[in-house]
Order: sequence, then structure tokens, then C-alpha cells
Amino acid sequence: MSELSVNHLLGIKYLSKEDIDLIFETADHFKEVINRPIKKVPSLRDITIANLFFENSTRTRLSFELAEKRLSADVINFSAASSSVKKGETLIDTVNNILSMKVDMVVMRHPNPGAGVFLSKHVDASIINAGDGAHEHPTQALLDSYSIRERLGEVARKKVVIVGDILHSRVALSNIFALKLQGAEVKVCGPKTLIPKYIEKLGVKVETNLRKALNWCDIANMLRVQNERMEISYFPSTREYTQQFGVNKKLLDSLDKEIVIMHPGPINRGVEITSDVADSNQAIILDQVQNGVAVRMAVIYLLASKIKR
Amino acid sequence: MSQKLLLSAKEIDIILHRLACQLIENHTHFRDTVLIGVQPRGAFLADRIKQILVKDYQIENIELGYLDITFYRDDFRRGEKPLEANKTHIDFVVEDKRVVFIDDVLYTGRSIRAALTAVQSFGRPQEIELLTLIDRRFSRHLPIQPNYRGRQVDAINQEKVKVHWIENEGEDAVYLVSGL
Repeated sequence: MSELSVNHLLGIKYLSKEDIDLIFETADHFKEVINRPIKKVPSLRDITIANLFFENSTRTRLSFELAEKRLSADVINFSAASSSVKKGETLIDTVNNILSMKVDMVVMRHPNPGAGVFLSKHVDASIINAGDGAHEHPTQALLDSYSIRERLGEVARKKVVIVGDILHSRVALSNIFALKLQGAEVKVCGPKTLIPKYIEKLGVKVETNLRKALNWCDIANMLRVQNERMEISYFPSTREYTQQFGVNKKLLDSLDKEIVIMHPGPINRGVEITSDVADSNQAIILDQVQNGVAVRMAVIYLLASKIKR
Repeated sequence: MSQKLLLSAKEIDIILHRLACQLIENHTHFRDTVLIGVQPRGAFLADRIKQILVKDYQIENIELGYLDITFYRDDFRRGEKPLEANKTHIDFVVEDKRVVFIDDVLYTGRSIRAALTAVQSFGRPQEIELLTLIDRRFSRHLPIQPNYRGRQVDAINQEKVKVHWIENEGEDAVYLVSGL
């Protein structure tokens, strides 16, 4: 197989195992490209991509923009703060206006779950979901799995625990879909209030004791507590959260084996992980960022190759 | 579909030795020279040429790399089938080097055009030459000619020249295939 089964990347749940394999094989080639003295290929010189960010982002937006530029696509950027959205324009109107300027692909982050799916049904462009509310963040899950594959050889049969605010996390949901699809075992760990009630229906187990979870796993993916999405208090205090669900070097060193630490960023140092863990050899946080560019190049390249001329 | 044998294993062997000698004539010790096989099919020929240079002519320290041109091709989104990439493996800089591109068949010249762009990602070579086993005359789309050619072939566009290698297809042979 050398073609994706989908025309948009809206979520991991729409992908097959073969799609993920193809994305990773393609990303391998791009990883080699971005380590060359000249890190650019001309493949997408006739493609224009709009990055629409209706929600704040640093890493993802820069990573997408870099991926697009390394593929030689023309790029336009848009952020909701400085746009006509504030003047009451609807999403479809905003996007159709942008598309009438002959844009081929849209990368969108939006606070509402399902915004990408909605858009893909109403506009004529290839859509990449760069995060929609608490729903999915597919490219993050892909780069996480890619980083696991790079560090440990394969994803299948690996034990992964996702620690923290599962309830508000699109990274957690996309990761669960991606890891299960590739045959990994997944547990989630965090305060009961931040674990969705029916999460076990997705085939994952819940563990509320961090030490037990870490002793079980090969990889721990540490999530940030998303205070900005919390309207009520889900735990008594940040200090108490850190005491129960924060990872520090002492805890890591007391485990039976050396596990791999991941974090999608941004890190709240001293809350979910301490600085000495974040900067240790066990952490692959910066590898994740580098792989993000290669994986996004692969996704954009593969989707672009399906756009009709 | 019918196929006609253009070159036998023996003829290929003689040609490869001649091409290797022509390379030595121009590059002597290969100190500033690097060989680059154009992926995917040029890699087999490049391996063979290197093997002859090392074994039969005792030239040491020959640098050989493989260059994939997929992302530099000018037919992205134009074909029926999606383009599949191969591995690029160049663990040396080409800056100020004399580069020899090696490919099995030179046809429209578009692959070599892509390779000329692709290799620039690894530096600015002093010069670039082209070695090809089969040169399909009269079918060029671009002004590109080989410096070293194995055999010139006149074939019409509907015909295909297929190069078989013992490592891949189990025999050394070149066929002209028609009625595809």
C-alpha cells in the first residue's frame, strides 16, 4: 500500500494500521531529509496550505509551518485573535473565504470537538485536525507512537501509561486510539475526577496509584493539567496533585526498570514532572518535537498526493 | 507482450569493466570523487561498478552513496499511482567533490534532472558526471547526456528497457519489452 485510505486527517479513529505504517515509513524518509545540510524538498511547490488556529498554540503551529515550508508549500497563517471571527463570521464562511483564494489544504485547531469533521463535510479542501477541543489531536499521537517506535523498536506489545488530566485531553484520546491500533497495552492514571467515566470501554485500564502504574509500564506519557479547561476544582491543590501524580527522579530511580518518559508539552516543571526528569536521558521530550516535523511532513505529503490537479 | 534480449550476462560484464576503466582514466585515485547510485535501480549498477573498481583494480576508499529522488520529481500528483520513496544514504559531504551519478537507464532525463536538484541538499559539488548502462537515444525531454554509456539503444516510446541484476532478478540481462 502506498496511499492513505483517507482524504483528511480528522482523527486517529478514522485511520487503519496500514495508514499509520505508511505515515511512519514516509516520516523515516523525511527525518533523513531534515537532518541534511539543506533541509528542504520541492515536492509541494504547487500546494497552498492555510493554518487556521482558533486556539492558542506554539509547538504545533510552528511544527506544522516548518513541515509545510520544508516541503516547499506556500503557507498562510491565521489566528482567531486577530480575525473577523471576532466580528461574528461563521466557521464555514471564514474557511470558504480563505479557500476562494485557491488554498488546497487546511490545518485547523479549534476549541470545539468535531470542528474538523464538520469542515470536511462542507468545504472543498483537505483538512488536517491540529486539535479539536477535548476530542482528538492526531498528529501528536502519531509523533508519540513514532517516537516510541524509534526508541524501543516497535509499538506493538509495549505497555504505555498516560498520566494526568485524561478528561480534558485530546492527546490522551488520540494516543489511546493510536496505541491500541498498533497493539500496545494502555493504562491511564490520574485523579478519579480527571478520568472519564467510560474510559474502559476504549479497552484501557485505570490505575490510580502512580507507583504501581510506573512499575507496570515501559513508557509513561505525562500530560499537563489543563487548568484553562477546568470550570470547577477537580483536585484540592496543585501541591497535592504533584505529591500523588507528579514524577520525580527519586520515584523513577526506585522502579525495577528504566522506563521512557514522554510529554507532549508544554511542561509545567515541578507539577507533573520535575526538571531533573524532564532533562534526563530517560525523557524523549525533545525527540518528540523533532519527530513532530518529520511526521507532519509525512501526513501533509501523503494527503497532498491525493489532491486532484 | 514480447521481449528481446539486448545484452547477455557476458556482454554486461564486459561493458561494466569498460565503464570502470573509463572512470579510472578520468578519476585515477578517486580521492575527490564520490559515486552516487540513483535509487532505486541505479543502486545495483553502482554497487557493481564499485565492486569491480575495488576487486579488479585495487582502488581503495571509494565513497558510494544512494540518492532517492522521489521528493524532487516533477510528476508529483500527475500520475495514476502515488510515488513511493526509497532510502537516501549519503554519509559524506559532496561539497567540492567530483560526483558521478550512476543509473541503469537514461530515458527522458527527468530522473537525472531531479537528482541534480536533490544532490544540492548535500553541498555544492565541483562537477557532476553521469554514467548509465543503457542510453535510450532520441527519447530525451531535457538536454542531458551521459559521460559514460554502456550501450546506446533505439527504442520507441511504447517499448520498455528492463535491466535485470543477479542480486534482484536472479540473472544479469537487459531486455527490450514491447506490447506492454
